[in-house]
Parts: sequence; C-alpha cells; structure tokens
Amino acid sequence: MTFDIALWLGQDGVTNGAIYALLALALLLVFTVTRVIFVPQGEFISYAALSLALLQAGRMPGTVYVLVIGGLVAALFDGVIAVRAGAWRRLPRIVLVYLVLPLLMAAITWWAVPQKLALGWQVLIVLGLVVPLGPILYRVAYQPLASASVLVLFIVSMAAHYVLTGLGLVFFGGEGLRAPPFSDFQLKLGVLTISAQSMLVVAATLVIMVLLWLLFGRSIYGKALRATAINRTGARLVGIPTGLSGSLSFTLAAFIGAVSGVLIAPITTIYYDTGFLIGLKGFVGAILGGMGSYPLAALGALSLGLLESFSSFWASAYKEVIVFTIIIPVLVWRSLTSHHAVEDEEE
Amino acid sequence: MKFKSWIGAGLAAAFASTAALAEITIGISIAATGPQASLGVHYKNAFELMPKTIAGEPVKFIVLDNASDATNAARNGRKLVTEDKVDVLMGSNGVPATMALAQVANESKTPLVTLSPATLSPENFNWVFIVPQPTELMMDAVAKDVKKRNLKTLGYIGFSDGWGDLVYKATESHAAAGGYRLVTNERYARNDTSVVGQVLKIIAANPDGVIVGGSGTGGALPQIALRERGYKGPIYHNHGTVNAEFIKVGGKLAEGAIAPTGPVVVADELPAGYATKALGAEFMKRYEAKFNLGRNAFAAYSYDAVLLVEAAAREALKKARPGTAEFRAAMRDALENVKNVVGTHAVYSMSPTNHNGMDERARVLVEVRDGQWRLMK
Repeated sequence: MTFDIALWLGQDGVTNGAIYALLALALLLVFTVTRVIFVPQGEFISYAALSLALLQAGRMPGTVYVLVIGGLVAALFDGVIAVRAGAWRRLPRIVLVYLVLPLLMAAITWWAVPQKLALGWQVLIVLGLVVPLGPILYRVAYQPLASASVLVLFIVSMAAHYVLTGLGLVFFGGEGLRAPPFSDFQLKLGVLTISAQSMLVVAATLVIMVLLWLLFGRSIYGKALRATAINRTGARLVGIPTGLSGSLSFTLAAFIGAVSGVLIAPITTIYYDTGFLIGLKGFVGAILGGMGSYPLAALGALSLGLLESFSSFWASAYKEVIVFTIIIPVLVWRSLTSHHAVEDEEE
Repeated sequence: MKFKSWIGAGLAAAFASTAALAEITIGISIAATGPQASLGVHYKNAFELMPKTIAGEPVKFIVLDNASDATNAARNGRKLVTEDKVDVLMGSNGVPATMALAQVANESKTPLVTLSPATLSPENFNWVFIVPQPTELMMDAVAKDVKKRNLKTLGYIGFSDGWGDLVYKATESHAAAGGYRLVTNERYARNDTSVVGQVLKIIAANPDGVIVGGSGTGGALPQIALRERGYKGPIYHNHGTVNAEFIKVGGKLAEGAIAPTGPVVVADELPAGYATKALGAEFMKRYEAKFNLGRNAFAAYSYDAVLLVEAAAREALKKARPGTAEFRAAMRDALENVKNVVGTHAVYSMSPTNHNGMDERARVLVEVRDGQWRLMK
C-alpha cells in the first residue's frame, strides 16, 4: 500500500464515517430518551434517498402513501382515545397533525412531480415527506408500550423495521436507484480529488452536530430531552411530558435519517434495504462509543468508517466480518473497565 | 386470487367443449412479488403471450406466485402436482426456489423445465431440464473477447455471495483457453455504500481488464467507481447485469460496459441468417408492444420453456394422454431427446447427459452504447 492509496482510503472512510456518525447520534438520542433501540432508523435513509431519486426522475415517490396511511392510523389511535375520554377539544389538533399535514405534503408532492423543481426544493419536499414518519411511527408503534422493557421495545423495533422494509420493497421495487450529483465540482488537493458531494456530507454532519449541541445546551425542549434521558421518573415529576420527549426524539431521528439519505443518494446506489445496513453500522459506532456519550459515539462511528474502508482494501471478502466483530473486543474491554451503571429498572 | 379465476375459466372451458379432454396442464411457480420481482414480472408477463394450443392440444397455464421464497416455491410445486395434476412444472426465477421445485419434480416424477440456471447432482438431474444459459457458457463469450483483445491480466470484483463465486469460477475455468490470469478477487455487497477500497486495490494491480460479478443495478457501483478513479481498460459484466435499470443508475459512466447475454435481447441487430433471429425479433416486438418494459432476456426464457414443452409434447402425445403418469414419463423422455428446437435464446438439442442443450449460438456480447444495450460489433 502506498501513501496515496492510504489517503484515498482515508477520504472514503471519513465520508462513510460521517454518515455513520450522524446515525450513531440519532440512535443514541432515541435510546437515551425512550430506551428504544431504533432499528428502523436506517429505513429513513432509504426512503429519503429513493424519494429524492424518484422526484428527480419525475416520478411519484411511494413515500407519499406510507405517510398518508401512517398518518391515518396514528389519527385513529389518538382519535379513539380522545373520543372515549370525551376530550373533543383534542380532535382538531389530531386531525391537523396526522391527517391535514400528510395530505398537504402529498398534494405538494403530486404537484411538484411534473414541475422538475430546483434541487433545493426537492430536498425540502423529501424532508417534508420523511420527517413526519418519525413521530407517526412513535405514535403507532412505541407510545402505547412506552413503559415496557428494553427487550419488548427492541422487538417492536424489529417488527417496525420489517414493516417499513416491506413497504419500501412494495413502493420502490427491488432494483436500486441513484440520484444525479448535486454538483460536478471537484477539489484537487495533491493526489486527492475530493468531490463536492463528500465535502457536503462532512460539512452537513458537522452542522447537524453543532445544531444538536445548541439544542441540548440552550433550548428548553433540548433540556427536557436531556432530563428525560437522565431520569424518566424525575422528569415526569417536574412536569416534563415524556410522551412529547419521545415524539420529539423520533422527529429528530427521522430528520437526521432523511438528511443522511439525501446526502448519500448521489454517492451510491440505494436499494430499499440499503438503509438498514448503514443504520446497523451507525449502531455499532454508537456502541464503540459506549452508547452514552455523543462525542464518543461520533468518534466510534468515524473510526468504523475508516476501518471499513481499509478492510475493504485488504480483505474485501471479510469486510463485514471485520466491521461487525470489532464490537466483541470493545464490549469485553468496556465490561472489564467500566463500573456497571445501574440500568433503568424494569417496572 | 388471480389464479382462482384462472382455474375457474379453465374449468368452464373444459366443460364447455367436450373436445378439450386431452388438455395439457403446465404449472408455473414464479417470484412475481418480493425482492426478485423485478425479474419475475417479465417471466410472468410472457405467459400472456403464449399460444392457446400446443402440439394440436389445448393448453392451460396455472401461474402461482412464490413471493421470492424457496419454501413457497416447494409448496406451490406440491399443490400443482397433487391438486392440479400438472403435466409439466416450470419455474422459478431464483436459484433456491428452482432447487426446491427440482426436489418436488423428482419426488413426484413430473418433468420440470427451469427458468433459472441450476446446478444439480446426478440423482436430482433426471426430471429437470434447464432453459437459461449456464454461467460458464456466458463467460466463455467474455473469455473469447479477452483473447481477441489480447488482455493478459484481469481484475475481478463480485458480490460476496453465491453469485459472485459462480461468476468468478466460470471466469477462472476459461483462463487457460483465454490466455489470461485473474489478479484480484475482490468482493462487495449489493447494498454497500462504497467500493472505493476494492477499486483502489484493482487499480493498484493494474490489470488489462476488469470482470464484474454483480447483477442488475448492483453491477453499477464498481463500474462507476472504476471509471471515476480513471480506469481506462474494458470492464466486462455478466448476463445478470443486462437490464435497463443498470444503465439508468450508471448514467454516462455505464457507456462501454460489456456483457454477455442471450441473443434475443438484441435480436433485430443480429446478422441475417442467425438461427434465432426471426423468432427472437418477433417475440421481442410482441413483448415490447404489449408491456413496454424495455428489452430483457427474461420473458424469452418462459417462451422458450413452452417451445421445448411443445416439441416434447408432439412425441409424448403419441404414447399417452395428458394428465396421466405415463404422459409425464413420456414427456421426460421426449424432453431429453429434443433436437434442434429453435427458440428465442438458442437452438436446443438435449441428450441424457445434457439437459440444457445450448451451444455457442446461445449467447452474444452486448455493450452500452448511447444509453442502450446494443450488439457489440
């Protein structure tokens, strides 16, 4: 291996690692706030990437149907509860959030498909289609079981993953899609040529990290999320609605997933099941970072990207084996060195 | 649901005409839904273009969906054999599902005409006839072109699954005859996000050409990465990559990609007098007119399967009536002895040791030119 090759591999690893880092942050956020190991996180990537590719090809993305039907189910859930409790005043809000907004997005998409809008608008539409899936998913799949054990929530996650992958296959088909690049610009840096796309990935990751940091450090919602993450019961005692925290964390996770999807769509071929693998690597990254600290999770994910890149050069047939077995020595080392923190009790 | 109305129509037809006693029943299991549906749809569509009678007898096609699952394929096979008493089984478009059907075929002594390649042990071989080209035959076309261009070293990158292995082995088996050496054996997964590492390794080895063992849009990732890194040599794919989606995903960087495929895909460009030109061109025209799904090799496999059954039925009908075990055995014997049956993909001549019966006329090389798969000049 020459120095040039190492540089190229490093560049590739950083680009992939940046995406994994975004996902690691989202997974960590969801896990600490709701104790959900969010397996379907990766589906947001596939949905967003495929929706963007379809919009650019002038075709209607199937995400629209998932959104409208999901909204309908969520509205039924909340509507029945509200009617039973006689809380009629809650109904307008339910209808607005779960029915009107998805239908509005569907209408916008339907109008936008033949328009061939500028890329920026298309990205906004994709975000508008994918991000609401987060809170809808939380409402339908997780909220009714919010106080269940980590294991039950994990099983729900697996179910949600299979449902979303299955829907993805139905609406996007078995073949992959790729979006055209945002820009053909390439930066020559010594032997390296860095595409605008990979610079955008790294920049977007940094921006999102800073935004998250500001959110958690400065805003009242972020502080509520942190409080819930540290102690659910305590948070509830001081008046933080934990349901809202859950919904908010899923919205953020969906947003991060959608942004990753948009970023990655022009870099590689995306299939309906690509996101799962990316999400899984983000998860491994978060575990490498100890599943508790955001900077460590990001660092773990970045190292994973580099490890993946270098192992695909040295032993491509064993790449996934290497990437996923790294978790074992790390877990052994952690369990030997760290004091076992008191896990949140099973109720 | 759909097939019930099929049976209903079939029964109605059977009752309506007393002459339809010798009806030949063909049971088909195909992945019309699920991950393999993008190919399965073509296989299934083809049955809407089939004749109403073969070898002078009415024919009934019962098409079941196995949802890309081998267990379902076996269940479909058993149902077709026991309930519908089919004379011939056909399917599927995935190798595992085909193997499951092969087991049913051998157990029930019903001839199976497969629509996907299959590698069978001798004891499972007896009742199974394979329509598509074996991978060795396809890669032989690549090896001949490599020799013609005098390429001495080839890089290989393929899926990290059975398909990647199969293409690698087929390429390796022709190495001596083609006068080349494989210098890398890199692997990637269909849904990997990057093959930069593997591509760098190939470029570092500096081979004269590269072989890609992917399929469908999955073949586009190495193609794009190699060209982006400035690789100038020829890039060969395999027959699994020849579809319109590959070109859509690959865009400009897909131009010049070379792959072997069945001649039917480029039937109208074949030289005059090519054995399968007339039939292939006519079928492609009818298929594109009816479905408008782009050119592909897959629908034509279904069509050839029915042509083979027709050729065999002409012989078997002399010995027994359809719907009986004797007829199924006669069909098996007749399929084993078909000679010079002209199909859309090949001219089939089977024998007890060769249940595929294709020769070099069954494949051509195509290349991506102006956003389309065209016959390589």
